[in-house]
Amino acid sequence: MSRPPIEAIAIGASAGAVQALLRILPALPADFPIPLLIVVHVPPDRSNALVALFATKCPIAVREADDKEPIQSGTVYFAPSDYHLLVEADRSLSLSMDEPVNHSRPAIDVLLESAADAYGPALAGIVLTGANHDGAAGLKAVADAGGIAIVQHPADAQVPTMPQAALAACPSARVMTLDDLIPYLLTLATT
Amino acid sequence: MDAALVSDGVIQNGVEDIEIQLLLEALYQRYHYDFRHYSRASIKRRLLQARSQMGFASFSVMQDHLLHDPATLPRLLNYLTVQVSEMFRDPSYFRALREKVIPHLRTYPSLKVWVAGCSHGEELYSLSILFREEGLDQRTLFYATDINPDALRAAEAGVYPLDQIRKFTENHQKSGARSSLSDYYTADYGRAVFDKSLRSRVVFSDHSLVTDAVFAEMHLISCRNVLIYFDRALQDRALGLFRDSLARKGFLGLGSKESLRFSAHATAFADFVREEKIYQRQDA
Repeated sequence: MSRPPIEAIAIGASAGAVQALLRILPALPADFPIPLLIVVHVPPDRSNALVALFATKCPIAVREADDKEPIQSGTVYFAPSDYHLLVEADRSLSLSMDEPVNHSRPAIDVLLESAADAYGPALAGIVLTGANHDGAAGLKAVADAGGIAIVQHPADAQVPTMPQAALAACPSARVMTLDDLIPYLLTLATT
Repeated sequence: MDAALVSDGVIQNGVEDIEIQLLLEALYQRYHYDFRHYSRASIKRRLLQARSQMGFASFSVMQDHLLHDPATLPRLLNYLTVQVSEMFRDPSYFRALREKVIPHLRTYPSLKVWVAGCSHGEELYSLSILFREEGLDQRTLFYATDINPDALRAAEAGVYPLDQIRKFTENHQKSGARSSLSDYYTADYGRAVFDKSLRSRVVFSDHSLVTDAVFAEMHLISCRNVLIYFDRALQDRALGLFRDSLARKGFLGLGSKESLRFSAHATAFADFVREEKIYQRQDA
């Protein structure tokens, strides 16, 4: 059976996130057509430094997600600190102040589960390095909806706990090192 | 890839979405609580949590109980509406109110302030303390509104877990406090009970930004992290209500990730303290 083209990539990362994302995001060309939605666990103060950090290093556009913003192709959206980031059925973004999930706000599960609902099989969900279990339930939701579930190889992750938890919850996930992941994302954009 | 498994997951999801639509319709037709234009992704999360914790096998079963047993309503409402907050949350917002908005409010002989979507009252008590510190409390009438009767009762009680007080105190100090938060509460068995004088000039009332109308002319409306739960059409309705409720040159404070940028009412307001999402009503 043929798989529908991937229309969004949702990524969750925690401890070690910045180093991992610094490998991935700058490698994507300016005309990379698929939007990337990213939750990184950061402390809940109001300035999220991720956008400033990555905007200068990436050819593609990097933004902090705004509430009710339509998702644009070829753009990286980071969840703002202290808000959950969700995807609506019409593929706009929404934010929430609901209580933390897995002690985290933003939580990776919240992004992945809502994105799985909105995109179904047209979603790729990725769980990277981290020291907790956030993203495990979300990645299973991605796979259950027919999307592509990907986990960073635990041995390749700066902190393997989160990839291991995601794999335990979603054993069918593809396991990749960051070196494998970058060309794979590029092929997603051409199929 | 297992095609059968995938389509099962997708179909199951589709059925759940139909059930949610029907449940929200039932909630509206039976009790006039209208969540139909709330951001669906958040509502779905909250409903999934409610379904699991209330022990219903499906949303259809939940709907059956909701329609036939009114005792189900308050339980469900507490999942759909209540959210945790803090006193003086985002201290820089309160500092901006204190330093930039209060000097304008001082020029009025009497003031009306509306905390829309007051939940458990953390924001209300913060403003009440701030207005007292700035010497405006005796000329100010506060309106604290919410759609959830349980939340309004909690707001009226003004009792918070003692373990939150450290954070509240830290926020208060960062807001440019002129007093100590401990002046306003007494500790009692693990709870902080806030002084009832802080609510002597507060009207607590049931009011819906979705279905209700203007009820008074306000000088300041604070409605933070409520609009993010609405879809764009509903955000516009609420912002229109705020526009019509504000006195000339009145102020509107929104949450740090909320803005008028996409709204049909954007021209009715001007940025006042841009980075704190404080707006001022402009003449028509």
